[in-house]
Amino acid sequence: MTMIKKLAFATATVLGLSSGAAFAAGAAGHIEDFDFSFEGPFGTYDQNQLQRGLQIYTEVCSACHGLKFVPIRSLSEDGGPSMPEDQVRAYAENYEVFDAELDDFRPAKPADHFPGSALENAPDLSLMAKARAGFHGPYGLGINQFFKGIGGPEYIASLLTGYTGKEKEEAGVVLYENTAFPGGYIAMAPPLYDEQVEFADGHENDLHHLSEDVSAFLMWTAEPKMMARKQAGFVGVLFLTILSVLLYLTNKRIWADVKGKKSS
Amino acid sequence: MAGIPHDHYEPKSGAEKWMARRLPVIGLMYDTIMIPTPKNLNWMWIWGIVLTFVLALQIITGIVLVMHYTPHVDHAFSSVEHIMRNVNGGYMLRYLHANGASLFFVAVYAHIFRGLYYGSYKAPREITWIIGMLIYLAMMGTAFMGYVLPWGQMSFWGATVITGLFGAIPFIGEGLQTWLLGGPAVDNATLTRFFSLHYLLPFVIAGLVIVHIWAFHTTGNNNPTGVEVRRTSKEDAAKDTLPFWPYFVIKDLFALAVILAVFFAVVGFMPNYLGHPDNYIEANPLATPAHIVPEWYFLPFYAILRAFDGDVWVVIIASTLTGGIIDAKFFGVLAMFGAIVVMALAPWLDTSSVRSGRYRPMFKWWFALLVVDFFVLMWVGAMPAEGIYPYIALVGSAYWFAYFLVILPLLGVIEKPLPQPATIEEAYAAKKAKSGGGDTAATPAE
Repeated sequence: MTMIKKLAFATATVLGLSSGAAFAAGAAGHIEDFDFSFEGPFGTYDQNQLQRGLQIYTEVCSACHGLKFVPIRSLSEDGGPSMPEDQVRAYAENYEVFDAELDDFRPAKPADHFPGSALENAPDLSLMAKARAGFHGPYGLGINQFFKGIGGPEYIASLLTGYTGKEKEEAGVVLYENTAFPGGYIAMAPPLYDEQVEFADGHENDLHHLSEDVSAFLMWTAEPKMMARKQAGFVGVLFLTILSVLLYLTNKRIWADVKGKKSS
Repeated sequence: MAGIPHDHYEPKSGAEKWMARRLPVIGLMYDTIMIPTPKNLNWMWIWGIVLTFVLALQIITGIVLVMHYTPHVDHAFSSVEHIMRNVNGGYMLRYLHANGASLFFVAVYAHIFRGLYYGSYKAPREITWIIGMLIYLAMMGTAFMGYVLPWGQMSFWGATVITGLFGAIPFIGEGLQTWLLGGPAVDNATLTRFFSLHYLLPFVIAGLVIVHIWAFHTTGNNNPTGVEVRRTSKEDAAKDTLPFWPYFVIKDLFALAVILAVFFAVVGFMPNYLGHPDNYIEANPLATPAHIVPEWYFLPFYAILRAFDGDVWVVIIASTLTGGIIDAKFFGVLAMFGAIVVMALAPWLDTSSVRSGRYRPMFKWWFALLVVDFFVLMWVGAMPAEGIYPYIALVGSAYWFAYFLVILPLLGVIEKPLPQPATIEEAYAAKKAKSGGGDTAATPAE
């Protein structure tokens, strides 16, 4: 069966090489490998972490950034922050949305989406955790991504913790040095500090933890169905493995006469 | 239908006879499913079934996705997010469809290289080969246009770059590009026509697949020895072959199940591994991504496209001879399409009378190098065109052309092939004697 091994190897090579396509940034910054609870085939979102992340997003990020693709009601859906519906309804009222029928602004309802970015230059964060990557090596082969993940949430966390404190001014704009940002200087001022957000349960709130929590939350906004998807993946792989075994045995039996072997 | 002699369908019951006089569809299905198949086929002969399955998978998931997708520049991106978030099982449909494209190309490349190694393209199977190449071209067109539909950054800029290739054609290029795009630049007209064609082409492919199967059912399958099935009598043919059902149907389904298990692991656990992060940013005509990179399955040919810049001597000669009509850009386009054309011409470029690479001691090594070359080109196609990479791409491209245009014609003359078995039966018996019939291999393995 050496051919099968060859095939498996070839397939692995194709999968490995191909993610070289994910090789993007030329002068890519340094991406730290954070350990997130949702990594790997068995990884799941940490509901408490997502809720903390939502709080950080609400108190800090949402001042400039938006989440225009995320319906507010999804905060109460399974596989996410899973907040009670009345809490989500109360939370929605924090936002004002424009209602075309009223021709006026009104408090948001769970059926509405989060507002878009308030600041023109601040990108929407809905999909940011999937729109960024890290771990392109070695040699652009993307094999690291196979083990560490594509690196989107790690990119966000590395960016939030990557400020060196150095600044420079270019054409009247202040740029801040950041070890994770491609090119090394970013227009966003350091958004998070130690103990900037207080959690009701007294959870640790140093810069490292805050960055991790909000990155996890943004992974959820980018991929809200991750847990359902992994579950479907398991069912599929399990079912197909059983089917493979049955077909292997059937095949063996059918060919037994031709190959002059006793069928088992 | 001509072909290997075997027992054909005979209508027995009254109803069958009634049907057979009017539309012999049962006979057609019977003869197709019971076709005599060389009994020594190895595991590289499973990709056809995989490809047929993936085509069906793509059409079915695609039809459902269309029910929720909106082909408009203002709504395409958000309608994909709507599929991912609000449509029941939508995330699965989309990931199956997106990764299905990758599985399609994994399988088609394995299938093509199988054909190249075992000489499946040689007489009398040239038509099968050419139809196959047409299917491959249609697949590339379909995949390219499908990738534009989510209207992400890489969709938009990929479309801009690739349609720009047509703009490089002298004299008619600019007009042709405008005609393809439906305007001066990639815009709503481009998106809607790509959507329309992306829906149409898979059915063209399905039609071509039927012709492909018809052609090789007429010539019979090639096999790892490259020795033809004996057609002298039904009895002789039966010694070389087994009916497709159940022997190969079950074998192929087993292989398909194993491959799908891997496929489901990719879809379930790392569905974005093969994609490009930039395509999760909505298309923006004002912001060019740092690197515009096509999907992995186009990379080898993308590398060939970029390999020929203005400093390469063949480009300089071509440019001088044609008075600048063939510039570096157009040369690259010619090279990219030429790389596929030379592959399509393999039946006429290969001068060896021996079909299977198994009995060609020199060919084996050159072929292995071609496979390595393919992967090197794939890797270098993803790298920025700076530093040492363009040189690697140039060497890789040169070998691709040399293999088809120089090595294949020459080998037929200078190579001393090994003795081939007289019949498939003999080769199969020898293999069986060698393996002793005692190991656990279920089917003839290479």
